[in-house]
Amino acid sequence: MDHRSEIWNFLLGNLSLKVLPLHNTLEDRILQVTFAVVAISGLAIFGWVTVKRRWGYLWREWFTTVDHKKLGIMYMILATVMLLRGFTDAIMMRIQQATAFGANMGYLPPTHYDQIFTAHGAIMIFFVAMAYIVGLMNYVMPTQIGARDVAFPFLNNLSFWLTVSGVMLFMTSLFVGSFSRAGWLGYPPVSEYQLGSGVDYYIWGLQLSGLGTLLTGINFVVTILKMRAPGMSLMKMPMFTWTSLCTSGLIVVTFPILTAALFLLSLDRYVGTHFFTNDLGGNVMMYINLIWIWGHPEVYILILPLFGVFSEIVATFSGKRLFGYSSMVYATVSIMILSYLVWLHHFFTMGSGPDVNSFFALTTMMISIPTGVKIFNWLFTMYRGRVRFDVPMLWTMGFLFTFTIGGMTGVMLSVAPADFLLHNSLFLVAHFHNVIIGGVVFGVFAGINYWFPKAFGFQLDPFWGKASFWFWQIGFWVAFGPLYVLGLMGVTRRLSHFEDPSLQIWFVIAAFGAFLILLGILSFLMQLYVSIRHRERYAVGHDPWGGRTLEWSTSSPPPPYNFAFTPVVRERDAWTDMKEHGYVRPRDGFQPIHMPKNSATGVWIGLLGFAFGFGMTWYIWWLAVASFVGIVAVAIGHTFNYHREETIPAEDVKQFEHTGNWKPAGEGASA
Amino acid sequence: MPANRLRGLVLIPLFIALAGCKAVLLDPSGDVARQQSDVMTASVAIMALIIVPVLVAIAVIAWRYRASNRDARYEPEWDHSSQLELAVWAVPLLIIIALGAITWIGTHQLDPYQPLNRVVDGKSIDTNVRPLEIEVVSLDWKWLFFYPQYGIATVNDVAAPVDVPIHFKLTSSRMMNSFFVPALVGQIYTMAGMQTELNAVINKPGVYRGFSANYSGIGFTDMRFRFQGLTRKGFQDWISRARAGGKTLSLAAYRKLASPSRNVPAAYFAAYAPDLYQRILNTCTQPGQVCKDKMMAQDARRNQWGPSARHSSPRPAAQQPLTSVHEVPAH
Ligand code: HEM
Ligand SMILES: [Cu+2]
Repeated sequence: MDHRSEIWNFLLGNLSLKVLPLHNTLEDRILQVTFAVVAISGLAIFGWVTVKRRWGYLWREWFTTVDHKKLGIMYMILATVMLLRGFTDAIMMRIQQATAFGANMGYLPPTHYDQIFTAHGAIMIFFVAMAYIVGLMNYVMPTQIGARDVAFPFLNNLSFWLTVSGVMLFMTSLFVGSFSRAGWLGYPPVSEYQLGSGVDYYIWGLQLSGLGTLLTGINFVVTILKMRAPGMSLMKMPMFTWTSLCTSGLIVVTFPILTAALFLLSLDRYVGTHFFTNDLGGNVMMYINLIWIWGHPEVYILILPLFGVFSEIVATFSGKRLFGYSSMVYATVSIMILSYLVWLHHFFTMGSGPDVNSFFALTTMMISIPTGVKIFNWLFTMYRGRVRFDVPMLWTMGFLFTFTIGGMTGVMLSVAPADFLLHNSLFLVAHFHNVIIGGVVFGVFAGINYWFPKAFGFQLDPFWGKASFWFWQIGFWVAFGPLYVLGLMGVTRRLSHFEDPSLQIWFVIAAFGAFLILLGILSFLMQLYVSIRHRERYAVGHDPWGGRTLEWSTSSPPPPYNFAFTPVVRERDAWTDMKEHGYVRPRDGFQPIHMPKNSATGVWIGLLGFAFGFGMTWYIWWLAVASFVGIVAVAIGHTFNYHREETIPAEDVKQFEHTGNWKPAGEGASA
Repeated sequence: MPANRLRGLVLIPLFIALAGCKAVLLDPSGDVARQQSDVMTASVAIMALIIVPVLVAIAVIAWRYRASNRDARYEPEWDHSSQLELAVWAVPLLIIIALGAITWIGTHQLDPYQPLNRVVDGKSIDTNVRPLEIEVVSLDWKWLFFYPQYGIATVNDVAAPVDVPIHFKLTSSRMMNSFFVPALVGQIYTMAGMQTELNAVINKPGVYRGFSANYSGIGFTDMRFRFQGLTRKGFQDWISRARAGGKTLSLAAYRKLASPSRNVPAAYFAAYAPDLYQRILNTCTQPGQVCKDKMMAQDARRNQWGPSARHSSPRPAAQQPLTSVHEVPAH
């Protein structure tokens, strides 16, 4: 193998049988079993689709679609699958840390454990949280502003497939070669000195999906600025659209920084530059600054849309207008701006001076002011309302409670002198899970339960929904409460083995909490299964919750064109306003509607992107060059396609408008 | 003190949770860590002023305005109140002003580069006592300590006399780590080619855990060391024992030591190559490497730009205040 001929080296680059998990070690055994499970379930799905002759359907209706609703759903599915992957990593870490004490080294050597925390973090952030919020924004935002699609429907499809290509690279690293051990942010020098494929998988996976995210950001900014229904001024936009706008703005400005930082890192790795090594004038702190100039806004990219989700849900389930709308808007915008000015709080301990540290500590604390305003406004929305505790509202309550505490521990970390003690500790790990799970994950589940009936015309089962909520809520505190305690006991993160036996009990409790969360995830899957299985039983009208915004004015699920007639907006809660003024749905006078046509270009570019990333990772230069040329060629070819629109005849529109799901508002809603 | 009592009240649940285990961050043994910890608890107390009422309000409002409670007022159009909105911005603002004030003061007072001005609350520095100088190098994956005032070097074991200020200078051979003894003082990064500083003092004799807090590769988990607070006598004995082995850490021996290894037992050297720390800092321990301080000095002469004032680059040796032999703790 070591002496293979030139031609094989050329064809395979660094690939060889050695990089496959075929060795007789525990590590490889685990991977073999995983591979078997993935392969068998993959084959099962493949076989099922083939037997049912559904490939054509999938290709036409889903893979090549440019419909923002279908893309939104595909993002949600992708994120849920990746949640299972990321959570498996979490459980593996929890088991390792609960057992590896003293003489017992646990079942994972550091070479494996370190890959797992890196993969867990990167997957959870980029392919779970990001995919979920992009999915939600995709589905909901255009319907909230009365648009028929996003501004650049094809670009939307391309973004999705670029994200998928990143996912595929991450997943391939499980079985071919290894993954990065440099943590979810790939700090040098670890990411520079680690040999092998791991960091390169990480770099190219993030470059591809990051490009997809950037294009999504551009797409959404333009959509929101240009495609709102007549009458919907900026200050009449629904809160979720506002937060989508701010998040998309943040994406547009920050993702290029991630791209640049990773690009410089790849230059260091591939061509021997020294941007981040300390030789010849480089400096690791340069990378760490860059990555956090992207990274801190990133956490607000994740949370802002969920703030929007909660705003919609609180207003709807309190049967009341959102309290302090303008305050909410200003709070969102100030969070967006402030989030650029705080990145250094992630490394107060690098030895910067007290003035620098104070500045960044104070800007960080200032963010808690608009955030506090939001919490108060949600409370005042419930105040003098009629609050219904359906599943979306339950998640919102869980969020208010959990996020408030997570916010407090976050401000503790921003107190620079305290951070010298708490930095890199399990207290920090507990904090960010507290806000990410309590904010992003709870918000995503709230949003899924809230908009699912819109997307499918039937509701999600409330029993399993409540089970999922309580398992997550309690599981979260059992899993992460102990980490706060351990942090205060001076235990730091990313450790795969411990000496002090008195710590063990806390890790065992944390592992138990993770199993409660597992039950929460299983309940969610059960909820999906039960509801889809018995969908007639859960069928609801087009406006089951008494919604207030435009998406509830169209049928559930909405027609491909969303709105037969562009709605005209007079009030902030446009749909409530229409209902109050006796809005009557037009039955006649429909016009043909122009819609963008499907395109396979996104799929091809995604696949070629994967091939490019794989070629770069394994130094298979011919593959990298060929697929790069292929991408350029396909992109250019796409510009010569002049048949990008199709017309839905007025007859079809009429047909749909008469047969769609237009049951009266509220019918069949929560019992 | 009412503030203290309030703080105690707020932290009761925390303390219950922590009963039975030793939460070193809440009860450290070094004065600097103690003060950092106090800033932390003070910040919790200040925030509790708003967090606790909010948590209560979430529950109360949710219960009171539940849909089934037809007694509660229902005003679906009520969505604005100038007074309330003013309050909603003002209350968090006030909390943050208070918090910002203690953070500003704390950050300046506890700047790790500042020489200490007290040994412990109420006891100022004895001006006859010069700080104990310790030079720290994080290697892959162990810790190397130089005692320039004593001429000894140790691996994974470091000690200091109680109530004597310690001045650490820190760097790294390759990976980036974070030097952390939770009982003594908050952490600081160690970065190759750069020097950071840390001032601290230990107030209680004892053996404390020290380790790297910043992930640095596969040997990171085992990158632990022992930090001992000793009496004057105990410290002298410790120094003598370190000398007793008679080993010398030459440049060649250093190169061997610096190559990656894990779970390294403590080791002691009676002497070391005199410029070793400077060479590590200036990344010229391998044959043929040009020391960075030489390069920097040339650059500085060529253009007006001196090396940046703080840690970012090592100062040229000529500017580096020599840690001289007379800075020995008085007996
Ligand atoms: C669902 C339950 C979850 C559990 C049980 C869990 C558990 C863990 C554990 C054990 C670690 C390693 C801590 C250490 O370094 O010692 C970790 C790290 C991390 N987790 Fe989670 N996690 C969960 C969910 C999430 C979610 C939803 C996200 C983000 C969307 C997330 C993001 C991260 C990140 C960014 C890291 C840091 C990785 C690194 O050190 O590079 N986690 N998590
Ligand atoms: Cu941040």
